[in-house]
Amino acid sequence: MSRFIFRRTLQMIPTLLAVVLIIFVIFSVVPGSFISSLMSEGRNATNADVMAHLNEQFGLDKPLPVRLWDYLWGLAHFDLGISYRTREPVWNVIEPRLWPSIKLALAAMGFAAAVGIPLGFLAALKPGSVLDTGTMMLAVSGLSVPEFWLGLLLMYVFALQLGLLPSFGYQPGGIRYIILPAIALGVSPMALLARTTRAGVLDVMNADFVRTARAKGLTEPRLVRSHVTRNVLVLILTTLGLQIGSLMGQAIVIEKLFSWPGIGSLLVDSVSARDIPVVQGTVIVIVLWFLVINMLVDIAYAMIDPRIKVA
Amino acid sequence: MLNRLGLIAALALGTATAALAQDATPKDGGKLVFTAPYGNSITSLDITATPHTQDEIVAKAINRSLYKWNPESGKPELDLAGTVEKSADGKTYTYKLREATFHNGDKLDADDVIWSYNRLADPKKALPGAEQMLQIAGVAEFQAGKADHISGLKKIDDRTIEITFINLADPGWNLMSNYAPIYSKDYPEDQLASKPNGLGPFKLANYVAGSKVELEKFDGYYEKGKPHLDKLDIMLMGEASARDVAFRNAEIDTNVLGPVQYEAYSQDPALKDHILEVAEVYTRNIGFNPKVEAFKDKRVRQAINYAINKDLIVEKLLKNKAYPAVSWLPISSPAFDKDAKPYAYDPEKAKELLKEAGFETGLKFSVTATSNESWGLPIVEAIIPMLAKVGVTVTTDPVESSVLSDKILSDNFDAFIWSNSSGPDPLKYLNCFYSKTSQTACNYVKFNNADFDKLIEQAGNETDPAKQNDLLRQANNLLQDEAPVWFFNYNKAVMAYQPWVHGLKPNGAELAIQDYEDIWIDDSAPASRK
Repeated sequence: MSRFIFRRTLQMIPTLLAVVLIIFVIFSVVPGSFISSLMSEGRNATNADVMAHLNEQFGLDKPLPVRLWDYLWGLAHFDLGISYRTREPVWNVIEPRLWPSIKLALAAMGFAAAVGIPLGFLAALKPGSVLDTGTMMLAVSGLSVPEFWLGLLLMYVFALQLGLLPSFGYQPGGIRYIILPAIALGVSPMALLARTTRAGVLDVMNADFVRTARAKGLTEPRLVRSHVTRNVLVLILTTLGLQIGSLMGQAIVIEKLFSWPGIGSLLVDSVSARDIPVVQGTVIVIVLWFLVINMLVDIAYAMIDPRIKVA
Repeated sequence: MLNRLGLIAALALGTATAALAQDATPKDGGKLVFTAPYGNSITSLDITATPHTQDEIVAKAINRSLYKWNPESGKPELDLAGTVEKSADGKTYTYKLREATFHNGDKLDADDVIWSYNRLADPKKALPGAEQMLQIAGVAEFQAGKADHISGLKKIDDRTIEITFINLADPGWNLMSNYAPIYSKDYPEDQLASKPNGLGPFKLANYVAGSKVELEKFDGYYEKGKPHLDKLDIMLMGEASARDVAFRNAEIDTNVLGPVQYEAYSQDPALKDHILEVAEVYTRNIGFNPKVEAFKDKRVRQAINYAINKDLIVEKLLKNKAYPAVSWLPISSPAFDKDAKPYAYDPEKAKELLKEAGFETGLKFSVTATSNESWGLPIVEAIIPMLAKVGVTVTTDPVESSVLSDKILSDNFDAFIWSNSSGPDPLKYLNCFYSKTSQTACNYVKFNNADFDKLIEQAGNETDPAKQNDLLRQANNLLQDEAPVWFFNYNKAVMAYQPWVHGLKPNGAELAIQDYEDIWIDDSAPASRK
């Protein structure tokens, strides 16, 4: 197992390097710069001398290859650079936003799993029933509804009309604040999980070994518990892993809407301000999160199903 | 039109007055939940390192400058100085500092002012607020590396400082800036961004990056009996629709409104009586680049002004959340000419002018624009058919905000639509059309007119405020006639507030920046504010 983790960790390096190079090149060719972003409010607050000094201070006056080399050299020493906007180390800018993002991703996924998996099971066990049709309609709606609209709807109903929850904001220990953004973010993966679970369960229920077990007189509840669940779990885990991995990057709209201080909104603000070191640092964190989650899913595979080997 | 402008301005003032009239007996205590509506993140809690309004909204609670803006009189006034004496030549000012204490307990003295201004002007620091220092004598030498300090700053004693300026302009315009605060010389500079230490009425209690700034009353604030509030939460809320729900749900106490919300709130009986509106010092315009041959001809520029029905756009698209523009300086500017008439909507006159200029047909240009609903692509799309009627073909060049300034500063545009600061200091902002002002500074349309230059130079050397104002008024009128831009509108800033909030002011410099020390809440506030 440790060899597997070591190998997967090494495999992350070229992936991260490719991401860094792509981001660096993209932001070198797109129009707009950190300096021009300072002028975006039309207030003439920045004069030419200050601009020149800022360019010099951040090394923006150097040729692209030199800047890239400097950045990679820093990265090799676990140095993500200095934020153009805040003039602080990039990690200091990202770190306070990381935990809120992880919390939101986990809460959204918790909601998605808690609702989506049981719904998928129930739909598959009664195929063609009202429950099945209803669940699948809910799943299609959940996949197609825009997050922004759903977020606003939740705010309107649960905050404004019912007065049950706050409509926005963040409190480190406040569970009430995370409910609405987590649901808004979790509806889409919930719908996907419901569909995947239903398809997986139906597939297993029609498999030969289930027919055999049924012929041997195994009751339905026991059949589902001991045969179907275990076989469907790998499929569910794959969907869960992919979804939770990508949720952190997908949360941008929800974070903006609910004033949630995660790295999604940090990424958007940093792109607008052309704060490239923070953009790169944030993307690295998101990619790392995705890779680590996938590695954990692979390890979980082996624990669930001994036929799958990780090494 | 002028009657209408006057009426609008009077109504705006009336609304403001109504809001202020109820502020007779301030009550102490409670919490205000204010909103910073321009994006989510704060760049830095050290306001000298950032030029963004979003950050200024927070800085105004924490810091103080030598002067401050008086939104009621529309003029700068002394803040950290109790008194000032001016020398006979009008260039040297001697300030007696107030007794004031920083949040960490340090006492304000003359060395703090000198240190703060030297730091701000230091080219190695590359602080955007450096612009506010350029009027002080010796800054140019200091920035060029020919001096190790600013010669125009002189300490007389601990409480007295003498500042010499390079011209006769009122230094209050620059030194009142929130970007030019006075910091303690003894406080670690590297902590200013995360643990600010100011002289303002509130000190930092907690900062959740990307979400909110929690502030608490500073008991050592120099104005006795202020601030009234115990706590001030500034929520960072960039999404208008989210603010709307939160405001209606009484989770926030103020809400800066866009055009659609302005219309909805104005028609809602539960909300319409608590709206504060003001003519802000921003002018929305389409700037013409003279590298386009046609734009060198004044008649073409005037024709475009005649061809567009801006009243219709203001009414239908902006839901009257703007004041149609007359010239560059906004209605609230002291040099605004109340007798000047805006360009009328007159397509026939536009056709005549284009014919005279030889561009009856065949004039085509693109407008670089962001997606901003009030001064971006929707406006350009509205003017396209209007200009097509007079034979002018307009295309769009959509960009995001940082790219817009990039294109303008690199002279890579035919025309652009933008919202530019046009006050409160009329001399400073008319200087943006002075021929020696570079395009990268703020003469984006490379305006060059000898008569205009002469008026600006005379105004810069005029010591009599009334005469100076008259010269600036003439320059502004000349600008209107020359039409280097399409004069679109002056922003009408609108803020809705909860009925229990008092003391908000119609700040024309930026409505979202308030004198928090004067704000208080009454007994009708919900429990969450007590």
